[in-house]
Amino acid sequence: MIRLDPALSQKLVRWVLVSLTALTVSILVFIITYVLLKGLPVLGWEFLSTGAVDAGRGGGIFPFIVSTVFITVVALAIATPLGVGTAIYLTEYTRETAATRVVRFAAECLAGIPSIILGLFGFITFVLFLKLGWSILSGGLTLAIMVLPTIIRTSEEAIIAVPQNRRDVSTSLGGTRWQTVTRVVLPGALPGIVTGIMLSVGRCIGETAAVIFTAGSALGTPTSIFASGRTLAVHFYILATETDAFGMAYGTAAALIIAILTINTLAYWMMHRIMRKYS
Amino acid sequence: MEKIRVKGFGFAYQGGSVALENINLSVMRNEILGIMGPAQSGKSTLLRCLNRMVDALPGTSRKGSITLDGADIFSGEIDPDDLRRRVGMVFDVPVPLPRSIYENVAYGPKLHGVRGRKKLDELVEFGLRSAILWDEVKDRLGTSALRLSGGQQQRLCIARTLALDPEVILLDEPCSGLDPISTLKIEEALSELKSKYTIIIVTNNTKQAARVSDKAAYFLMGELVEYGRTKQIFTVPRDRRTDDYISGRFG
Repeated sequence: MIRLDPALSQKLVRWVLVSLTALTVSILVFIITYVLLKGLPVLGWEFLSTGAVDAGRGGGIFPFIVSTVFITVVALAIATPLGVGTAIYLTEYTRETAATRVVRFAAECLAGIPSIILGLFGFITFVLFLKLGWSILSGGLTLAIMVLPTIIRTSEEAIIAVPQNRRDVSTSLGGTRWQTVTRVVLPGALPGIVTGIMLSVGRCIGETAAVIFTAGSALGTPTSIFASGRTLAVHFYILATETDAFGMAYGTAAALIIAILTINTLAYWMMHRIMRKYS
Repeated sequence: MEKIRVKGFGFAYQGGSVALENINLSVMRNEILGIMGPAQSGKSTLLRCLNRMVDALPGTSRKGSITLDGADIFSGEIDPDDLRRRVGMVFDVPVPLPRSIYENVAYGPKLHGVRGRKKLDELVEFGLRSAILWDEVKDRLGTSALRLSGGQQQRLCIARTLALDPEVILLDEPCSGLDPISTLKIEEALSELKSKYTIIIVTNNTKQAARVSDKAAYFLMGELVEYGRTKQIFTVPRDRRTDDYISGRFG
């Protein structure tokens, strides 16, 4: 058995950990730079503000930006109240019982379902059975189901992290359970809840399989939630698999990445501000 | 006049672990009752029964009764949220809410539907003055309560309770984490408050009980060992166990 000098082994461990971190960061940086280098030349005002020409070989991505935003907004408008409500119920209104464990287990299972299967479910349920057709609404509903577990789990964790003694203070001052939830628990849990929502926004924007089945791939700009629309990710997929317009595909990818980076930055900035306000 | 009467009261937590057994005592209006005793003696449990904070715990059981102005607090005629407005509580560690000083004190009144800047301003000033904190914070009511020192935070918690204009104030070892000067300020505030409120203070510090209370009770393992005038308990305790505790041979 070789015994390493403790100082040396410390150095070694440190060096290994630093390299692992550097590797992780460099993969991220590589992907982002590669996509931006390839995509940025295409990305201009005209690309962002006009519709597709010749199935996307020319023109821009304006309708797909609109579709992406619509679908994401619909998905989160549905998933946020459902998810946060469920999290509040599970943490504040019920004790840990067999029933709550089943609910939690179900949410975990939902999180494990591949998105393409959710897409199929959405197609059968929303598009065909409920006759919503390929539409922003069908896509949004399907994505809502997809992000629900994330929102439930992050909200639950954020709510549990609020110190119990703050709830006690509110109760001891004669606050009802609901008053305590809205005035003490939710403000304290807000940064965590917002993080969950932002993670979900990222997943909605990037999702392809679930929306191609449910929102369709219409080239036009959707004018209502009952219209079909093609999201940026779907557009990228179709460009890359069915056309040879790789330049346009990278332009779309660059737009996607920039959108996600911007949302994350905004989310962090917002969270920082909220945290400062409350502490 | 009798404010609170605890009669044959017993309390057990989930799983049947008995925290209090056959407690009998009464507290007069405008009186300070000091409750002493080592850890696990049931003193905090009694406090949490008096404002029904124990309601939130599963599987508890109780015997006997507690009355406030003659009405059984566990009966259906008293709403627990209203009871907690009338019987305020200050915890062992100061728990300022992550809001401004003003919002902390206004929190209780707002819960009970007090609206209007002027009314709230009055209540906040009243609470802070009564807790002897007003002069230290009046120029920075908008700053975060978390920036106050530990002693100031605890007085803020007292102010927050007082802003509801309660009838009884329960204090659960309010000075346990504080330095002697902060402790002194809180004791000063308490003796001022006596003229308006009925106060029950749980303390691990026998000297504090001797300084501030009119009546004292000594709890041990869920049993009320001795209860009487503070002067009597500290000069001629009837029970040997009380004597051991206050003289420092035990505890």
